[in-house]
Amino acid sequence: MNVLEAQNLKKYFAAQKAVDDISFSIPQGSIFGLLGPNGAGKTTLIRMITGIFYPDSGNINFNGRKFDAENDALGIGYMPEERGLYKKMKIGEQALYLAQLKGMSKSDAMASIKQWFVKFEMESWWNKKVEDLSKGMSQKLQFVTTVLHNPKLIILDEPFSGLDPVNANLIKDEIFNLAKNGSTIIFSTHRMEQVEEICDHIILVNKGKKILDGTVKDIRNQFKENEFRLGANTLPEHMHTHIFKVVKHKPDEVIIKLEDGVATNDVLNYFIQHDVQVHAFNEVLPSLNDIFIKLVEGTPEARQFLQS
Amino acid sequence: MNKIMLIAKREYFTRVRNKTFLISTFLLPIVIVLFIAGATFLSIKGRDLQNIAVQDANNYFKGNLKNSSTVTFDFPTGVDTTNYTQKGYTGILVFPKWDGNSTFNYILRSPKQLGFTAKEDIERKINKALEDKMLQQQGITTNLLDSLRKAAPGANMTELTDNSGERKTVSSGLSYGIGYACGILIYIMMFIYGAQVMRGVMEEKTNRIAEVIVSSVKPFQLMLGKIFGIGAVGLTQFLLWFILIFALTSAVQLFIPKELLLEVQQMQQSGIPGTATGAQSSEAAQKIYNFQQTMGTANWPMIIGCFLFYFLAGYLFYSALFASVGCMVNEDPQEAQSLMLPITMPIVFGFIIMQSAVQNPNSSLAFWGSMIPFTSPIVMMARIPSNPPMWQIGLSMALLIIGFIGTGYMAGKIYRIGILMYGKKGTWKEMMKWVFAKA
Repeated sequence: MNVLEAQNLKKYFAAQKAVDDISFSIPQGSIFGLLGPNGAGKTTLIRMITGIFYPDSGNINFNGRKFDAENDALGIGYMPEERGLYKKMKIGEQALYLAQLKGMSKSDAMASIKQWFVKFEMESWWNKKVEDLSKGMSQKLQFVTTVLHNPKLIILDEPFSGLDPVNANLIKDEIFNLAKNGSTIIFSTHRMEQVEEICDHIILVNKGKKILDGTVKDIRNQFKENEFRLGANTLPEHMHTHIFKVVKHKPDEVIIKLEDGVATNDVLNYFIQHDVQVHAFNEVLPSLNDIFIKLVEGTPEARQFLQS
Repeated sequence: MNKIMLIAKREYFTRVRNKTFLISTFLLPIVIVLFIAGATFLSIKGRDLQNIAVQDANNYFKGNLKNSSTVTFDFPTGVDTTNYTQKGYTGILVFPKWDGNSTFNYILRSPKQLGFTAKEDIERKINKALEDKMLQQQGITTNLLDSLRKAAPGANMTELTDNSGERKTVSSGLSYGIGYACGILIYIMMFIYGAQVMRGVMEEKTNRIAEVIVSSVKPFQLMLGKIFGIGAVGLTQFLLWFILIFALTSAVQLFIPKELLLEVQQMQQSGIPGTATGAQSSEAAQKIYNFQQTMGTANWPMIIGCFLFYFLAGYLFYSALFASVGCMVNEDPQEAQSLMLPITMPIVFGFIIMQSAVQNPNSSLAFWGSMIPFTSPIVMMARIPSNPPMWQIGLSMALLIIGFIGTGYMAGKIYRIGILMYGKKGTWKEMMKWVFAKA
């Protein structure tokens, strides 16, 4: 079942088409990557899903019903890229307040806060103020306040920025945990290696339009360029052939791009014939980073300033 | 509604629990009282003692110039304008020969220029002495004059207004005082609490918590919650001040002797001052009685009721505007200053109209000032103690209610966009565009 379905969402501002006809659906329990360069319309898209903006046209279905911002707020947890907490408020009270704003009862909220504070070893923070916390600590707190009310859909915008590797892993494990327990996660980031590691499914947005949609594996396959990595001690004279081109040559490793219609075994045969000891041979799939750059590079900066 | 309450509660408790709230609530009145007392004390004590030598060629003034705590006159011999400082005098008065008909010119010399009050004091004393002297020359002794002055009955003016429906006498001095005080109080409170709303909105915006919150509640709910919460803080402050005043006056009464209070009570029963059974009523009792009588002429329930209404409605009217300014501001507080100007101007303007309205509550300036919602909370409050016609109060209130619904609606639209807008400098032009933009 799809937790969230967006159909033909559009949101135009006076200056630009922030979101221009984007559709996607997210199955329950998946970790969904929302990618795109700065100013692509990611934040606007997220704000429509969280009910902060209304789309100009198009539908959002949440849990199989039409999305109703007021009542579905309890089902959504949102951690914006720009973190924000009340600096002067005590941490415990702050968590309680934010959970209650989501619509939780006080006792439920308390129980949930206790549980999460124990899990993240934050019990001693209760009476501290946010201004006393380090950046990483307040990041953890922000994450906790996002998931406190056990939302069905969790939207995380750059959740790891500013976290040390230990805390980043802690949050990452928790994201997997939440997904395993049936929550759906939308994960927005520029860090492609994290996307490859975490996400099942991604869409790429640029200039308000969706330009890519699929699982990470499918997309990498879709963009593969017939490149292979050969682990072998080769000499430059081995490289003059019509069956492949050399992309990168090192003494013990070479990246080659096969010509059309050439099978992998042809390559192996070629090297066997030249009496080269091959100890590794595997296909090189493009990284998401490469795909991202390839698709986005060259398009003009999305968010142009209007002449005024 | 539930969420508005939740937000209001947070706004309320974080402020009321804050130490600055307690300090401002309890210390501010004390500071004001101390300030007034201190200023009075200094103006009395701080006055230089003037010891004036008098050279009187006509021998007019000896025995007639009265010494006071600040000025003493001396009629020494062998002191002249050249040596009065060496003899320990702070000044010397030289009265030349005078025929009694033309203007009397005399000279006061001193090393430094005398203070304004000291000079006035001396001048008044001399004129009085001159007057007394002339009366004496006509055969009226000082004793006779004094006893006549004492015996003269006090005259009391009662002002009745015929056109205001009920015929009620209000001490105009009192209505002036109450009106002025109420107007100033509303003026100050509107500034303080309006600015608090603005700062609160700015805090949420610069903290970036606004985005988290508006994913749970509507921006309009957030704004209303904030406005209600801070308004409740204002009401709490008033309530505490009210209790404080009540407690202080009760405490003061404890220090008034029992017999005095008894006298006052007797006066109240008989209804006529100065006719306490038996003994002649003392001056102090008379004063207390008069004070109570004067205070009694004011329509207190009406004044307090209107005060609460105009504070709340005026606060709602302006806080919505302050909130929309707050959400336009980025990090820079300087920006807030310039955006605030169009809002603070009408408040200041209201304050200026109020000053003329307390003196002349039925002028057309006062009337219009008390109808237009931008100034009416301050100006109408200044008019209330002098009992303006009921229809005017009603109309003014209705217009103010319409006014704050209007500003609330406008602010809601501006707020919805502004609170999530970063990096762009807010202008009033931009704000107007948002007001008329579709949802």
